[in-house]
Amino acid sequence: MIYLDNAATSWPKPPCVEHAIMRYLREVGASPGRSGHRLANEAERIRFDVREALAELLGVRDPRRVVFTSNATAAINLVLRGLLDPGAHAVVTGMEHNAVLRPLRALERHGVSVSIAACRADGTMDAESIEAHLRSNTRLITAVHASNVCGAILPVREIGVIARRRGIPFLVDAAQTAGCVPINVHADNIDLLAFTGHKGLLGPSGTGGLVIHDEFDIARLPPLLRGGTGSRSEQQRQPDLLPDKYEAGTPNILGLAGLAASVRHVLDRGVETMMEHEHALTGRLMEGLRRIDRVRLFGPPDARRRTAVVSFTIDGLPVSEIAYRLDEEFGIMCRPGLHCAPRAHQTLGTLPDGTVRLAAGPFTGEDEIDAAIEAVRILAEA
Amino acid sequence: MSNFAVIMVHTTSDAIHAERVLRRAGLAAKLIPTPRRLSSDCGSAVRISADDHGEAERLLRGAQVAIDRIEPLEA
Repeated sequence: MIYLDNAATSWPKPPCVEHAIMRYLREVGASPGRSGHRLANEAERIRFDVREALAELLGVRDPRRVVFTSNATAAINLVLRGLLDPGAHAVVTGMEHNAVLRPLRALERHGVSVSIAACRADGTMDAESIEAHLRSNTRLITAVHASNVCGAILPVREIGVIARRRGIPFLVDAAQTAGCVPINVHADNIDLLAFTGHKGLLGPSGTGGLVIHDEFDIARLPPLLRGGTGSRSEQQRQPDLLPDKYEAGTPNILGLAGLAASVRHVLDRGVETMMEHEHALTGRLMEGLRRIDRVRLFGPPDARRRTAVVSFTIDGLPVSEIAYRLDEEFGIMCRPGLHCAPRAHQTLGTLPDGTVRLAAGPFTGEDEIDAAIEAVRILAEA
Repeated sequence: MSNFAVIMVHTTSDAIHAERVLRRAGLAAKLIPTPRRLSSDCGSAVRISADDHGEAERLLRGAQVAIDRIEPLEA
């Protein structure tokens, strides 16, 4: 069995994740932020462990500026719906995921306008192409850090410079990069960074959140959800305090317990080290696939300009059949189709059929990559 | 007599943050339910030795921990 679907969710998880989850279930069990007894306090310590670890990993100084949501999509919705009032304009890139585009299309019905800055056919872009789309009413620039379809890494730091110069908030969708690519919200000029816990951060699904730059004024961003927080309980208005402002309701503390362990694992192993490993595997995979007749590869030709995501097609074979046969005949798991990102496939010229996506992870070995190349060769040469 | 002081905070995250910074510096810090007579945003507070009041204040400021105030705790 060869798991090459790490761009959907990473697997396996480091063993420390299940240990942390089991420890929480057996020894803690309580809800953080409520009640104040020893187990509730221990649960809050676990939640704070994750905040501290993510603040260290992503470069925000104040750990309270790491706020948790159920996933990256929820964090993105929080920002889009919070910052874009009727009459506002947003600029996004031509590689966005539906996590960004669907909420924006819904906001368009309420008087928000959206411009899409085009990317090249390999999914890369020049930051300057954002500039032509900016208007006096532009209230947000949003960029996916790396494409979930072809792995292309976008120049977020340079886009951030443009956003800074114009005083426009800048949101980065780091679903594919947090834990895989070095990120520092200060150095990269990112105001708001949406992350997920279950991909490169190697934690459980149902975890994610928003990192808010230390200088970003939270008065500008209303919460998406309001409700109980354990603080200012006498008030019927949502408190303006971080992180409680954005964390109404009982959190997924079981998932956060696992995430606390996995982010610590990522910090210990080092993002740079893991990225080197993934670049080497990606380069090997691309090199092998390139040599097979009828195989087309998408995305930047240089493995160092992408995450460990490789999209391909085989002329004359539907992508769904390729994926099915990889699974059935070779035990190789991947994801075919449009990957919830039709706009990115439009950029790559792969509509309406989509591609087959292979995504290695930190625990993938060279032998598994070689087996995948051989399997694709057998399918393509049949 | 008053042997303890209480660090009042706005959220339980801040309480844990304060506890962590103080314990890392070797101070005894204990999470307690906020005493009813002291009004607070948060149900939890951090109890320290009254002797550590000044040191705790310095450490928390240095680590930029958000606290409301420090109050003596009447025994």
